[in-house]
Amino acid sequence: MTMTNKDAFISIQNVDKYFGKFQAIDKISMDIGHGEFFSLLGSSGCGKTTLLRMLAGFETPTNGEIYIDGQPMSEVPPHYRPVNMVFQSYAIFPHLNVRDNIAYGLRKQRLSKMKKYEMVDEMLDLIKLPEYGDRKAHELSGGQRQRIALARALILKPKVLLLDEPLGALDKQLREQMQLELRALQRTVGITFVFVTHDQEEALTLSDRIAVMSGGTVLQTDTPTGLYEMPQNREVAAFIGTMNFFEAMVDRVEGDTLVLDAKGLGKVSTTKGQRTTTKGDRFELAIRPEKLKISDTKPTTGACVEGTLENAAYLGERSHYYVRVDGQDTPVAVSAQNQKRVISSDQNAHSVWLTWDDDALVLLNDA
Amino acid sequence: MTDTSTLSETGTPSKGASHLSRYFYKSPLSRGYGLLSPTLLLMTLGIVVPVCILLVMSFWTRQGFGFDTTFTTANYVKAFDQPIYMALMKRSLYVSAWATISTVLLAYPMAYYVAFHVHKNKMMWIVLMTLPFWTSYLLRVFAWKVVLGYEGVINSFLMGMGVIDAPLEFLLYSPTAVIVTLTHAWAAFAILPMYVSLEKIDKSLLEAATDLGDGPIWRFIRITLPLSMPGIISASFLIFIPTTGDYITPALLGGPDGMMIGNLIQLQFGAVNNWPMGASLSIILMLFIASIGLVFLFLTKLARERIS
Ligand SMILES: Nc1ncnc2c1ncn2[C@@H]1O[C@H](COP(=O)(O)OP(=O)(O)OP(=O)(O)O)[C@@H](O)[C@H]1O
Ligand SMILES: [Mg+2]
Repeated sequence: MTMTNKDAFISIQNVDKYFGKFQAIDKISMDIGHGEFFSLLGSSGCGKTTLLRMLAGFETPTNGEIYIDGQPMSEVPPHYRPVNMVFQSYAIFPHLNVRDNIAYGLRKQRLSKMKKYEMVDEMLDLIKLPEYGDRKAHELSGGQRQRIALARALILKPKVLLLDEPLGALDKQLREQMQLELRALQRTVGITFVFVTHDQEEALTLSDRIAVMSGGTVLQTDTPTGLYEMPQNREVAAFIGTMNFFEAMVDRVEGDTLVLDAKGLGKVSTTKGQRTTTKGDRFELAIRPEKLKISDTKPTTGACVEGTLENAAYLGERSHYYVRVDGQDTPVAVSAQNQKRVISSDQNAHSVWLTWDDDALVLLNDA
Repeated sequence: MTDTSTLSETGTPSKGASHLSRYFYKSPLSRGYGLLSPTLLLMTLGIVVPVCILLVMSFWTRQGFGFDTTFTTANYVKAFDQPIYMALMKRSLYVSAWATISTVLLAYPMAYYVAFHVHKNKMMWIVLMTLPFWTSYLLRVFAWKVVLGYEGVINSFLMGMGVIDAPLEFLLYSPTAVIVTLTHAWAAFAILPMYVSLEKIDKSLLEAATDLGDGPIWRFIRITLPLSMPGIISASFLIFIPTTGDYITPALLGGPDGMMIGNLIQLQFGAVNNWPMGASLSIILMLFIASIGLVFLFLTKLARERIS
């Protein structure tokens, strides 16, 4: 048994989960800090819910151990764990009214009726539904149910709150409003949130850190900026936002600078970082559409490449351009602000120039 | 959205294509009655009319082989005055109440097991559980006679083992025998409604209750039981009502001490040939069942409010 990281509030160590012969979780290890808003992000079926249910105690890891607040959890049944969960379907008890739903978990605390009533009132205020105490579950909208599910868990002051795609069923507007409220709430109560979502934008807006999952493994754990600016491999880069990829081969190493020969971009240079490489090594280069600059005329400074405008989409605030360059099968995506028209016309098939800053290029680890 | 808009266009047809269809489209209440009407018709013909006849007849009296059709409450007075009638009524309610309770207690775990612990072929399990009930009711009653009789399975076994010297008499021809037989005979009818209401319970509700700190017992008391209450109530009614008036089982297994009100009513319409008396007793029985049902409903409603 390895020592747990001292700052880690939740420590997941070498956890595997098999359903019969099917492996849903493959040797995951991660630490989650105290008071952190931590998200699990990944496409459908990658094991997010399974991991969350193991934290809650509804599934047991086949191998490995989960520690919460320093305590190993394998012997602790779900109703004794210091965690509470907001279910994807909310699971509001249909035979109880809102007040009784929220007070449900207070049974063990043996409080006076008066005290319970006050606590529920506080919660109703917190979720901004002060008038709804006497409603039945079927008299509530989706957003209201979601808040009640939240209040029902928060009233117990858990050390960790687990949320399984709690905003999935809401429409876009309500969703965005609830995201803000959720974030504000998390700051107010200071509880560690483990948040499951398959919506990358949601994860980026809300989280302190995000673990990107795929096929039962964690690809990368980082801050939103880290994931967006410095993805470590192609899958993460492609999953979060849009990304242009280029095959590249090391041409020469000049101190800390790496000069590569990139298909479609020509000679480019970027920082070497910790890598040990020699001439001839193959890499994949990536660059975000908004980090590319597009213009009609050849720029006077910096690296640039000429291409043909194949397609343009005007989106009001910004425009998307698709530019075909030599040596690249898929057109390069460019996203530009429309403060000032950057090219004279959106007419297709005319010649344009692309430029970029050296530090906008991301070198991916898997070639 | 387009669906409803086209519906409302065709639903309010061009002038008076049919006033009736427009009326039905606009009023959910009339649509509801429309759907109910076949059943309503059958109920009126099959239940309301006979009950009315019964009610009228209960105020008549017997005269020789015919009826004296002057209205009188004589039968009712007699029913409440002569101890035999109320004694039988009390025994019927007693036997049937115990049969209902034991059937529900017996069937609930079975329904629970299939609803929560069987994951494949649930329907097959339900069919298997109701399999014994595909045989005739009489056959099952006789089977219990064989089991409970003086030289039946239980007595022979106990005597063979030397536990008892003479056959246990209370096994057969007693209210106990009737209760045991009724319980077995009606189990299938109790399993189905309870299974349906247990099966309907969203499993995530149980997980939520666990997550909020309830162990299996509390979770059962606070979530599973109240949510399956509709099934328990309908099962109870489904058994209590027909068993109170049953006369086959007490006739075959009840003996002199196990006779029930149903037997008496049957006698009135048969051997005794006093139809008006039989009608009065039937009406009284109905009123008793109805009032007990109301009290039962009231109590469960109260209990539900208390639990939450
Ligand atoms: N009880 C189970 N038995 C067998 N396989 C299961 C079980 N639960 C989950 N799985 C499988 O494990 C994998 C991961 O499931 P999980 O529910 O964790 O996905 P998810 O990442 O939450 O997906 P989604 O975004 O669709 O909710 C899936 O392939 C799923 O089919
Ligand atoms: Mg899921």
